[in-house]
Amino acid sequence: MSQRNPAISKGVDWSLVWIWLTLCVIGITCIFAASYHEGENVIQGFISLKTDYSRQLLFFILSGILGTFILLTDSKFFTATANLGYAFGIFLLLLVFPFHSKVKGTESIIRFGSAFQLQPADLCKLFVNLALAKYLSRVETNFTRPRSQLIAATIALVPAAMSIMQHEMGLSLVYFSFFLVMFREGLPPSVLVIGFSFSVLVVATLLVEPNTLAIILTCVALLAIYILRRQVKRNRSILFMIVGIWFVCVGVQRFVVPFVFDHVFQPYQVKRIFDTIGKDYVPKDQAAEASIENEQRGKKKDNNYNVKQSKIAIGSGGFIGKGLLKGTQTRYDFVPEQKTDFIFCTVGEGFGFLGSILFLGLYILLLLRIVSVAERQRSVFSRCYAYGVASVLFFHIVINICMTVGLAPVIGITLPFISYGGTSLLTFSVMLFILVRLDADRQMVLR
Amino acid sequence: MPVFNQSRSNIIRLIFAGMFLIIAAQLFHLQIISKKYQQQAQENALFRKSIYPSRGIIYDRKGRAILNNTILYDLMVTPAQVKNIDTAYLCQLVGIDTSEFRQRVLDARIKNGPFRPTIFEDLLPPDMYARLEENIWKFPGFNLQERPVRVYPYNAAAHIMGYVGEVDSSILRRSNNFYQLGDYVGRSGLEQYYEKVLMGQRGIEFWIKDNKNRLVGHYQDKNLDTPAIAGKNLRTYLDIDLQQLAERLLAGKTGAIVAVEPSTGGVLAMASGPNYDPNSLTGPEKQTNYARLALDVSSPMLNRAIKGQYPAGSTYKPIGALIALDEGVIDPSSGIGCLGYYYGCNRPVKCDEKIPGHAANLRLAIAHSCNSFFCNTFRLTIDNPAYHGVRNGLMKWKEYVNAFGLGHRIGVDLPSEDRGNIPDTAAYDKDYNRSWNSCTMVTMGIGQDKMNVTPLQMANAMCIVANKGYYYTPHFVKSIDDAQGDDSVLSKYHVKHEPVTHISDNVFNIVQSGMQDVIEIGTGRPARIPGIDMCGKTGTAENKQVIDGRVVKLHNHSWFVCFAPRENPKIAVAVVIENGGYGGTWAAPIASMIVEKYLNDTLRNERLAEANRIAGTNLMPKYLVRVQFRTDSLRAADYASQSGDSTRLLKYIDRANRAMLLDTMDGSRSPLLATIRKMPNVKPLTPRAAPAAAAPASPAQKPDSGRHAPALDTSARPPVRHKAKADTVQKPLDQKGDSTQR
Repeated sequence: MSQRNPAISKGVDWSLVWIWLTLCVIGITCIFAASYHEGENVIQGFISLKTDYSRQLLFFILSGILGTFILLTDSKFFTATANLGYAFGIFLLLLVFPFHSKVKGTESIIRFGSAFQLQPADLCKLFVNLALAKYLSRVETNFTRPRSQLIAATIALVPAAMSIMQHEMGLSLVYFSFFLVMFREGLPPSVLVIGFSFSVLVVATLLVEPNTLAIILTCVALLAIYILRRQVKRNRSILFMIVGIWFVCVGVQRFVVPFVFDHVFQPYQVKRIFDTIGKDYVPKDQAAEASIENEQRGKKKDNNYNVKQSKIAIGSGGFIGKGLLKGTQTRYDFVPEQKTDFIFCTVGEGFGFLGSILFLGLYILLLLRIVSVAERQRSVFSRCYAYGVASVLFFHIVINICMTVGLAPVIGITLPFISYGGTSLLTFSVMLFILVRLDADRQMVLR
Repeated sequence: MPVFNQSRSNIIRLIFAGMFLIIAAQLFHLQIISKKYQQQAQENALFRKSIYPSRGIIYDRKGRAILNNTILYDLMVTPAQVKNIDTAYLCQLVGIDTSEFRQRVLDARIKNGPFRPTIFEDLLPPDMYARLEENIWKFPGFNLQERPVRVYPYNAAAHIMGYVGEVDSSILRRSNNFYQLGDYVGRSGLEQYYEKVLMGQRGIEFWIKDNKNRLVGHYQDKNLDTPAIAGKNLRTYLDIDLQQLAERLLAGKTGAIVAVEPSTGGVLAMASGPNYDPNSLTGPEKQTNYARLALDVSSPMLNRAIKGQYPAGSTYKPIGALIALDEGVIDPSSGIGCLGYYYGCNRPVKCDEKIPGHAANLRLAIAHSCNSFFCNTFRLTIDNPAYHGVRNGLMKWKEYVNAFGLGHRIGVDLPSEDRGNIPDTAAYDKDYNRSWNSCTMVTMGIGQDKMNVTPLQMANAMCIVANKGYYYTPHFVKSIDDAQGDDSVLSKYHVKHEPVTHISDNVFNIVQSGMQDVIEIGTGRPARIPGIDMCGKTGTAENKQVIDGRVVKLHNHSWFVCFAPRENPKIAVAVVIENGGYGGTWAAPIASMIVEKYLNDTLRNERLAEANRIAGTNLMPKYLVRVQFRTDSLRAADYASQSGDSTRLLKYIDRANRAMLLDTMDGSRSPLLATIRKMPNVKPLTPRAAPAAAAPASPAQKPDSGRHAPALDTSARPPVRHKAKADTVQKPLDQKGDSTQR
């Protein structure tokens, strides 16, 4: 069964590896551009470990080495250790609560000594991916049954809940991407549709005046009744369903959303959301206002500034950009967080519209490639895992870039392979290499 | 499971592609469609730096620079870079202590942030600058920065040149935000009037700045920069030697001297007393000095040559004669038998000359300045039957007088010139309820009543008389260097105004002869210059002020107006010395020295001593002590009531102190009196050759028909005043000369 091929390169999908390489190099270049000052000794910068781009280079090399090891490992290793890994991940997450160090307002990072820091919530993506794949590939799982769906959802969302408790809103959102995996495996589309409509409704509640929205909903319901009047005549229950839906919508809009925004979300998060939409948020009371200020004290300027500067940086790129080292906004540090969350600004400003589209093209190429790889797997485990990788990457990319161009509120999520950050680069690289490894054995059916 | 395969994976692919399209659309919007981000990026990263050019230089008629530019240095500090410096040494160099040093660095940090330079000590005096320059490398974070400032090399012509100061909000508004905060503009004098010419054009440099607002380099290699264009220089008619002499002669006095060139209208000298050193309003002390000047009640910054309004007194008489001759109400042989009073109206008008026959004809009347003659002449003028009534007569007379340049602004190229006052019928209607006649204002004929003139107007009137009917608007600037074409700025000064050329030359000749007699045989004898035919007229203007609620008559103002030589006149002078007494006492010798200096290029040796005496005489009125005390104490009381700190007020309240401050007798220790009596540095004029026993200035010139001349004191001590009344307090109001006496 396990005919281990001596050459590890047999079956390896090289396109994935090449894309990975390209993206990492682009990432290092962007970080370099963002922190470059005239007259710096470039070689010196790369060798010493003081500058960000040299550290990113180091992590890149580390990922390469780790990747090579993964490629040498047996695929069965991953299926065997999936659940163990998941337990380990949960354990790490639990470890954060007593041992975390306060860094920049989040409570999710453990520091070992002064140099090394680890964010378990980030790492857990990998373990959840494997565990979910394992669960979905079990023979006895029948995913059409709600019970299995619920269990799968739990697997995916437990770390999410723990992230929320650690004030890592962004990362917890990423775990929702696993619903795409589940969709592929048989989750009824209605879940996704309901989820999507729900978020649309929430956004609409924020954007449109409550009364107007109620009127719109009523009109829509009436319209639906009118269009489906024939079916209604036949089957009364449709009418009740429509009315029921209308009721729920209005209820959500009127009561649930305000309730959630006032009591569940933190005021600063509400403010960020409002900032994206473009409305002013007036804090309800002293406590809310104070907590917004508290949060902002950790950062130098408020997040609206971030996004504004980011849009300026990207917008000023024009069609062909200003040239890699000539971007005035990014070179002179106008965009805060420009090496981590807002790294896309460097691309946008340096390479303009053309460059950004090409850059996006590279990403979408990666994603579509992963999906095709997923489809050609014979084992469910590999397929689920592949979709998991694609979904996680998709969420990261989309939310990060939307954040930088002002389409989404500021959530702290990194851009895969590009953003500066050791944990992020390592996690994604490992995920990708595991995928490559599993793909190399696509002829096998893994249990 | 198998059923959903294809479609689901396609759906997922579609979701991926869809999101990317949305992002692409937003990118398209941001980068291609919307222009504002480009602009905002520029705003973020570009810094527009204004480069100020040097202001234009002002030259006198001989090409000497009387207002120039020089460079002073400021000491700048960038707080974030101040590390490991020898604070004590730096403090010693700058002259402050360490706590002040720390405070200043902190203030700089607050004002401009820790990364930008802020002024630590501005306008360093040259020796401090030299020492700092040697040692500046020892103090990281400190650097010296150039700043151009104005300098007045001859220390003269302060009122004419004016000064520059920072813009304030009203100037910003009025200029429609052409100026920026921190710009310097001319605030008075020629600096203000010719601001647009002198200022040149700001240049712009584009720098790139980083997010900490530090300037990190030029933008686009200076392609977009515009260079600064220096201001244009002005060439004036002024003669700086003459100007310095005029200012020296005015030292310690209140009044004005104006000298104009009749053929062009060019102003040769214009001095106003009390004066101030123009260099005190540039340089490091300028704020302190400005405050001191502004609080001085003798108004040293007031240019009395164009803003001082005085009754013309007898200097009006030649004009009155010209008008009457032209109207035909008198002729050259008209005379009057005056024995000391004019009885033509209810109240007699006193004449200072009692010798019979002193007004036998027009020439003698002018020479001896007979009040009776001119009161009568005035009445004849406005009672002229040709105008059917005194109302029309007065209006016609006013027209004449306005034509001679009195009662309206002349249009000199200085800001805020005053108009003087020549009344019309409305003024008398108001005061006398429409029942008045020529006797009501009979003293107008001798230049009193409601008539007010400025020294510039009298100098201009002399130009008209000298030119026999025409004049050019008095102005300073002859030409502008590098001007394109004929500037419209200067063209209006080249217009020949001919307001009274209809008066025949004969008439002018007669009056001019009378004026020449003034100097040869009349009241203006102290002004005689051998070898020069000068025509002039003395004046002794009565004036009053309201003092403590009562109207008090002060010492007469001493006037003298003249032009010389009679044929082809080259200079016309008007001098007024406030509260100086008779015209011949002070104004005449001063005016004649000005004329002599200009025409002969130098003063005779015998005159030097007299000039030194005049320069060293202090005629400042003592009532100013009381006025200064009053304003100072009111200010101190105001401060005390606002701040609760009464230490400054105490010295005004304490009785002994107050008595000392108000003491104006000889030997007083009052600092207020000392300030008034302080003479600016008056260097004695040196004679050309060996000083031939410099004859003490001879008061031997017969005091001009004046039995009331105060005893002339030839020593350098300020003359003691005997009239106690005039030394009492008064509220300074504009002087009303409504006298019934000469």
